[in-house]
Amino acid sequence: MPKVKVYVKLKPKVLDAQGQQVRNALHTLGYENLDGVRMGRYIELDIAPSDRDLQDEVREMCDKLLANPVMEDYTFEVAE
Amino acid sequence: MKFGVVVFPGSNCDRDCIHATETVLGQPTRLIWHQETSLGDVECVALPGGFSYGDYLRTGAIARFSPVMGAIQRFAAEGGLVIGICNGFQILCESHLLPGALLQNAGLRFRCRAVHTRVEDAATPFTRACREGEVLEMPIAHHGGRYHADAETLAQLEANGQVVLRYCDANGMVSPDANPNGSARSIAGIRNRAGNVFGLMPHPERASESALGSVDGRRIFESLVSGAVKAV
Repeated sequence: MPKVKVYVKLKPKVLDAQGQQVRNALHTLGYENLDGVRMGRYIELDIAPSDRDLQDEVREMCDKLLANPVMEDYTFEVAE
Repeated sequence: MKFGVVVFPGSNCDRDCIHATETVLGQPTRLIWHQETSLGDVECVALPGGFSYGDYLRTGAIARFSPVMGAIQRFAAEGGLVIGICNGFQILCESHLLPGALLQNAGLRFRCRAVHTRVEDAATPFTRACREGEVLEMPIAHHGGRYHADAETLAQLEANGQVVLRYCDANGMVSPDANPNGSARSIAGIRNRAGNVFGLMPHPERASESALGSVDGRRIFESLVSGAVKAV
């Protein structure tokens, strides 16, 4: 069954409050060369083959529910 | 005015809303279960605060697809009055009934305290019992209340006068210090272009009786019943 890996992250211009806190924590740990941290969401989908185009179907799922285009971008890859 | 308060799995301010509209204002109010597909003869729908569907994925993201939301979309399109409080505001944004989105607070802290908001537009059905520039004190209780929209949308909101409430200090001054969550333009509440859908992060229902520390929130509900109704 095809496994689809979806990555959702905040758009570049949107302040990532979580990422900022994690960056601060890593700085505290001494990683001073660390410049930035952006966090996102990783989603795995198992999709049984159907007559629909898999890419289209996943894109639709992302647009409808998995990502909010107001603040997030997404990418995905299909792994068998 | 006949109120309806929607109950999603995880709503937790539904009873507070009913208390405000039914007990405090004496208006007929009914609970609307999220599985219902008709709103009946309700004249104003409130989407209450809480953690609908556990806030899974994003706040409001899953509630948006509840059966009742189809009915609310139609109701709003026909000019019906819709108010979304806290999680209700998040759901209205996810449903595209209001522009923008609400993100995690800039400081990542759950903010639970009284805030001041300035009434930017006193001509809406939700604020007509207020004066423009009036300061309302109401509690906030949220982790994801940072209003976000792209620059173009923010400019449109301002140009159309859709910003209804802005965080401010006790004197009505807007400043970064008085902004509890990092919201763009200190936005605490907005309306849609048509003016019949309103979302806000503060909780007016928790500020509707003197025993609660503030009665300022009652003005929102009084506005809805034309400011003509006396508390019982």
